[in-house]
Order: sequence, then structure tokens, then C-alpha cells
Amino acid sequence: MKQDLFQAIADPTRRAILTLIAIKALTPNAMAEKFDMTRQAVSKHIKVLYECELIKPEHSGREIYYHFNAKKMQEFDNWLAQFRQSWETQFNQLDKVLSTIKNQTI
Amino acid sequence: MNNDLLFDFTVDKAAQKVFITREFDAGLDLVWDAFTKQEILDQWAAPAPMRSKTKYMNFEVGGRRFYAMISPDGQERWLLQKYTSITPKTNFQLYNSFADKDENPELPGSEWDYNFSEQDGITTVNISIYNESLERMERLTDGFTKGMMLMLKNLDDLFSTLSQKS
Repeated sequence: MKQDLFQAIADPTRRAILTLIAIKALTPNAMAEKFDMTRQAVSKHIKVLYECELIKPEHSGREIYYHFNAKKMQEFDNWLAQFRQSWETQFNQLDKVLSTIKNQTI
Repeated sequence: MNNDLLFDFTVDKAAQKVFITREFDAGLDLVWDAFTKQEILDQWAAPAPMRSKTKYMNFEVGGRRFYAMISPDGQERWLLQKYTSITPKTNFQLYNSFADKDENPELPGSEWDYNFSEQDGITTVNISIYNESLERMERLTDGFTKGMMLMLKNLDDLFSTLSQKS
């Protein structure tokens, strides 16, 4: 099942992982060490983040480094800009409705 | 239109919440009515070129508003809102979900919280929207985006017709 971006970033550990790898790509082992977690726990978080495309793996020899996928976050921000625009449009419409009603009553 | 009216839109991704604040150049009574009476809501509560059509609305706790967002090509997207709390002229809360035309909700939906206050004839409305799923939240703008694209396409068609004539 595809993971939901909101569910993925709602978890504080996953947010911390994202913050960290946004600065520098890390291997799962390095993440486990930094967060004092088992490899198994880290794998679960990686799976969620990977499935919603927030991180990208890159193989380097026998190691896998995970990078932050800024593009995915950008997609979300683009959608938000649209949502904001739809509210702005509605509120401008409401301004007109309010002024019409006010003028009728006066 | 007064351009000094505040419009603020912020998102707390971690809390899965959107916060919207807007000031209106009108008294509290009128603004409250504009958000809680179907005949006024239908005049503004869908971003053009979409329009809103309320089938019925019972503004009381436990009451519901069943309405459609209609796109320029006549497609209807039905929504069901259930009022969960009402403090007259101060606050109301509702649970919003998409629905089919027979009023069957597509759960889960989102929680909306509206706050109203007036100062010096300017009414401030604060809205917070909590949504547990981003995907569902993204669908909130589907109709709007579709409507915009259709409108732009109509314009393109118009322009090409015009340029062919000249």
C-alpha cells in the first residue's frame, strides 16, 4: 500500500530522520546509531519514507545511502499554493457579497 | 475592496493542520450569517468558476448541510457536512466529507473549526482544518484545479477562434 505523506511526516522520529538526511545522506546503520535505535526500527521508518518518495536510495559499493527527496516536498507545497489560491478566490467573492448586502440594508 | 484586510494561510504539516485567517469589512452578525445561511453560502462558498449548490442545510448541532460543488461543465461533486458544535456568533465546528449523490459519506473526512470575532467593525474569521490523510486533503482542490484548467482551455479555444477569424 502506498504511504500517505501526512502519516509519514506526522511521526517525530521520521521528521528527525528527514532533517538529518536533508543535510547529509546516511546509511541505515548510521541512522540507527544517531537515533539509538535498532536496525529493525530504522528499517520500518525507511520503508514508510521510501514508499511516499520522501527519500531516495543510492548505492555506493555495498552500502545504501538515503537522500532526502526535496522534489516530493515541493509537490506538496505546490498543491498547498493551489489550496491557498482557492480560498483567496472564495474570500474575494465573499467581500463582494458582504458589500452588496450592506448596501441593500442601508 | 479594502486591500488592508488580513489574509493569512499557514500549514502545520506535522500536526496535519491548515490554518486560515481572514478579516472582513463587515460586522459580526453579517459575517456569521454569510458562513451559516445557505442562501448566502451558495453565493460565495465555491471558488469561481466552480459554484456551490446546497440541497439542504440544518444549522444546528447534529444537523447537516448536503451540497454540491458544480464545475463549469456541469459535473457535481457532493459533500456532506455535519455540525458538531455551535456557539452562536463565536464558533462552530463541523465534520466534512465527500459523499455520493445519495448522501453516503466517504469516510474518514476532515474536522473544521471556525472562530469569529469583531473589532471596530472588522470581523476576523479563523479556520482550522485537520485532516488525517494528505491524499484526501489533496482532493479538496481537485474540483477547483479542474475548473481552472477548463476555464483556461475555454480561453485557449476562444483565442484560437479569434485568431483564425482575423
